[in-house]
Parts: sequence; structure tokens; C-alpha cells
Amino acid sequence: MSILVIAEHDNSSLKQATLNVVAAAKAIGGDIDVLVAGENCGAVAEAAAKAEGVNKVLVADNAAYGHFLGENLGELVAEVGKGYSHILAAAGTVGKDFMPRVAALLDVAQVSDIMRVESEDTFVRPIYAGNAIATVKSSDSIKVVTVRPTAFDPVAGEGGSAAVEQLDVVKDAGLSQFVSEELAKSDRPDLASAGIVVSGGRGMQNGDNFKMLEQVADLMGAAVGASRAAVDAGFVPNDMQVGQTGKIVAPQLYIAVGISGAIQHLAGMSDSKVIVAINKDEEAPIFQVADYGLVADLFEAVPQLEEELKKVL
Amino acid sequence: MKVLVAVKRVIDYNVKVRVKPDNTGVDLANVKMAMNPFCEIAVEEAVRLKEKGVASEIVVVSIGPKASQEQIRTALALGADRGIHVETDEEVQSLEAAKLLKAVVEKEEPKLVILGKQSIDSDNNQTGQMLAALTGMGQGTFASEVVVEGDKVNVTREIDGGLMTVALNLPAVVTTDLRLNEPRYASLPNIMKAKKKPLDNMSPADLGVDIAPRLSTLKVEAPASRQAGVKVADVAELVDKLKNEAKVI
Repeated sequence: MSILVIAEHDNSSLKQATLNVVAAAKAIGGDIDVLVAGENCGAVAEAAAKAEGVNKVLVADNAAYGHFLGENLGELVAEVGKGYSHILAAAGTVGKDFMPRVAALLDVAQVSDIMRVESEDTFVRPIYAGNAIATVKSSDSIKVVTVRPTAFDPVAGEGGSAAVEQLDVVKDAGLSQFVSEELAKSDRPDLASAGIVVSGGRGMQNGDNFKMLEQVADLMGAAVGASRAAVDAGFVPNDMQVGQTGKIVAPQLYIAVGISGAIQHLAGMSDSKVIVAINKDEEAPIFQVADYGLVADLFEAVPQLEEELKKVL
Repeated sequence: MKVLVAVKRVIDYNVKVRVKPDNTGVDLANVKMAMNPFCEIAVEEAVRLKEKGVASEIVVVSIGPKASQEQIRTALALGADRGIHVETDEEVQSLEAAKLLKAVVEKEEPKLVILGKQSIDSDNNQTGQMLAALTGMGQGTFASEVVVEGDKVNVTREIDGGLMTVALNLPAVVTTDLRLNEPRYASLPNIMKAKKKPLDNMSPADLGVDIAPRLSTLKVEAPASRQAGVKVADVAELVDKLKNEAKVI
């Protein structure tokens, strides 16, 4: 078996998710090549060559791939990947965008967002926002798979010495152009990949009170999220929503503040390693999934939490 | 310009999902079904494009059992002009759905196809991109803004860490994210009117598409259930446990 892993990066550095995907590839077994497609992405290729277990790094360095447009990446990966038994990418917004195009061009199914490898053709993945876990088997000759990075421990990013090979395959589908990009300037990590998430619910009462959570989050290097109730009440924007119709998160630590724990919220965060709930209603369903529950008024508990964290961090 | 919207009938998002005791799937017997929330956003976007005078006709298509006509009628009540039902009781996976939609696109020749980014049952997030690849169209996935200008559409996309805007040649495929719009509710008069709007029925065979699935589901299980943990007395104890017991800070 031979596996092609598509690197996730920003043209200057390799994202850790790539190392998680290589770990999934190792679980399948076989030779692992990494494709780095981008523009002026030499440093990324060098980083990928150092990753544990990588056999070869292929580099497609061209302006056509600079903004990771799905149309161009789809054609490139379908071309390069047709000689492999598996094509893997992280299930981030880049992988989710181009991988189904790869599958369609190769006329094979895609297995999305896997959380476990059972065998070379059988994978475990969440459905119904994680309320059910399906084991699926692919009958296609090439398995196109996206991987949930948080479900696999990353391989080491140092120590490997894979050969780096330049590809001269240029695929510009001519269907789309990059116009602009607006990346959140916040120093906080991205909600979907953060190691710690602090979320607020309807109990926060208004948007200004989320500043309390932001201060706690900044102490811990955490992202800030919200329940659908808080979003629907207009406290915070929709992109902060954790839940079945928002972002699915699985951090090491999830702190739910003033969140009752509606089904739709639990579906988005119950894979977190450790869950803390702070709520004044001791009957709140969130306590049924919390490892540590604190029955308290959040307006007293959150400032105290900030002070206590300052002592230990 | 003609806009094609694809909608899917799924379990209502408020319903608690229960895995069948024999682990063959999720129990859908006597469960409330509804239009997939992302598809509602797709319908709303098409209706807004029509209200702005950008879209001239909205065709809504759904693939699935007879009851999927309810979701088509809902879309018609929200402002779509006519419906197409590709009727089948078989499981239709993403690649096969994309092939069926491709056949519909070839018949209807829309300038814009709008789909939800994913359905809340299978959570695949594939069909729109596959349709775009099969028809040779550009794609604006996870859209939070759609602006049609001449023979292009500018789509602002929700990406990890922010937003990205791309310009696509028309015809193009757009898949919707949550922030694109807030869907309206259908009014009673519009629900009554929708019953008279045209709805074509066809089968996958009529469209010449083989829908045999490529993936087989071996089993479906409930997720490992979490046990309720301990209650802590105060914040100091909480921080102590997080640092020394759970070791997560």
C-alpha cells in the first residue's frame, strides 16, 4: 500500500494537523508520501521531510496553488494521487473543500472526518454530529479520506529525513480567482483546533460579559466559544457557536460557563477530554457530562477563576 | 438567471438521535423529519437573489423517498418556483447524489447551484464539491456572502481562522454556511399557494444514473457515554483538580 498525505500549511509553515494525518496514515500502514502544494512553500516541504515516518515529499510550487483553491488542488491531487491506494488530508476547511473534488474526478467515494482506522479499507467516523459512530468500509480501489486531526496523536515533527522531489504538474482550472482574505487578528487560537476552549451560554446575559471569558481564555491560551442560545440571543457572532449546527470541538479542556447543556450543544463538545461546567442551576444537564462541576453564580466564579489561574499559570 | 437549489430531508435537528439496538443504523421510525438546516439557508439565499432581481427562476430538487416532497413543498412555500423530485427508497451516497444532480443540471442549465455545505445526518460535506467537479464548475464552499456581478459570483467563504473571498465564473456551485442568512418562515397563504406549484417526479433510472453505494456501513454505535464527574466546592478546588488531577492546565 502507498499513501499520499496532502500537507496542510500556510506556505510558510507546516500545520500540526499534517502530523496528525500522517499518524492516521501510519495506522493504515504502507509507504507514506506527503504532497506539499502551494506557492513559495519550500520551508514547508523541508518541515514535512523531517516528520516521522515520511518516505518522500512531493512539492508542487506554483501560483495556481498559492491560495489553495479547491478547483486547482482537486485536479492536481487527482493526477498525483491516482497511483496511490489512499489519499488523506486533514478535515479542515481546505481539505473539506478540495478532497471531494478529488474523489469525484477519480470516481470514488470519500470517507469524511475519520476518527479511527480499523483496517486498510474500514474506518470509524462520527455521524449525526457525533451522536452516532459509524464503521464504514470502502469498496473503491483508491480510498479518499479526510481525517479529524484531534482524533490522532501527531507523529514527531523532527527526526525524519525524507527525500524532497519537485513536481512540475501545473493545474490551473481557470474557474476561480482569489480576491481577498481576512484572517482573524486575534491572538487566540482557532476554535476548532484549540487545546482549551472557554464557552459562554445564555447565562452570560449579554455580549459585554463575554469579556470576562476572554480574559480567562487569554490566561490559558484558549479559544472562546458560545452556545447556540448565546448566539441566538445576539450576545456574540455565529462563528463562535459550538454545537451540532456550529463548530464541533474536541479540546483537551472545555469550560462551559452559564451553559445549560442542550442536546445540540453537547453534540458539538462532548468529545472533549476534560469538561468543566460552571452553572448556578445544579439540575442543568451539562453537569451530566462534566468531569468537574461547580454550582455557582458565574459572575462570582469567573473572576475568582481568573485570580486562581493567575496564581498557578 | 436560473438558480437550482438542492434540499435534503433529514431528522429534525431538535430530535434526540437514538442508535438502533441491533447497531444497523439510527432509529428513524416515527421521528420528526425536516429540511436540513443548511438547505434552508440555501433556499433562503436563492429567494433573496430573486427578490433582488438577480435570480429569475428558482428550481428546487430533492433526492429521496416519496416523503421528500414535503421538503420540496416547504421550499416552494418559501419562494421557489417549481420542484423536481428524484424519487428513490434506496440509500443515496454523496457521489451518487452528485451524479443525479449533474443530470438535473444538464437538463435545467442553471447559472447558479446552491446546496447546504453538509447534511446533519451523514455529515459528509461532499455533494456540492463533487457536483462542481463533475460538471466542471467552480465552487464557493461554506459561503457567508454571495454577490453576483455580471458573469461572475463573488463568494466569501468561512475558512479556518477567518474569511476568504473568491470570484467564480458562472455557472458555479455555492454551498452554504450558517452565517449566510437567517431563513424566514413560510406564511400560511404561501404554504397554500405552494401546493399548486409544479413538481416533476423522476427516478434515478430516468436520469441514467447508477446509484449503487460504494461505502457499506458495517455498524452504527452510540458514542461512548460520558460519566458525570465530581462536583467541586469552589474555584480554588477546581483549579487544583485541573492542574494536579486532570493535568490539563
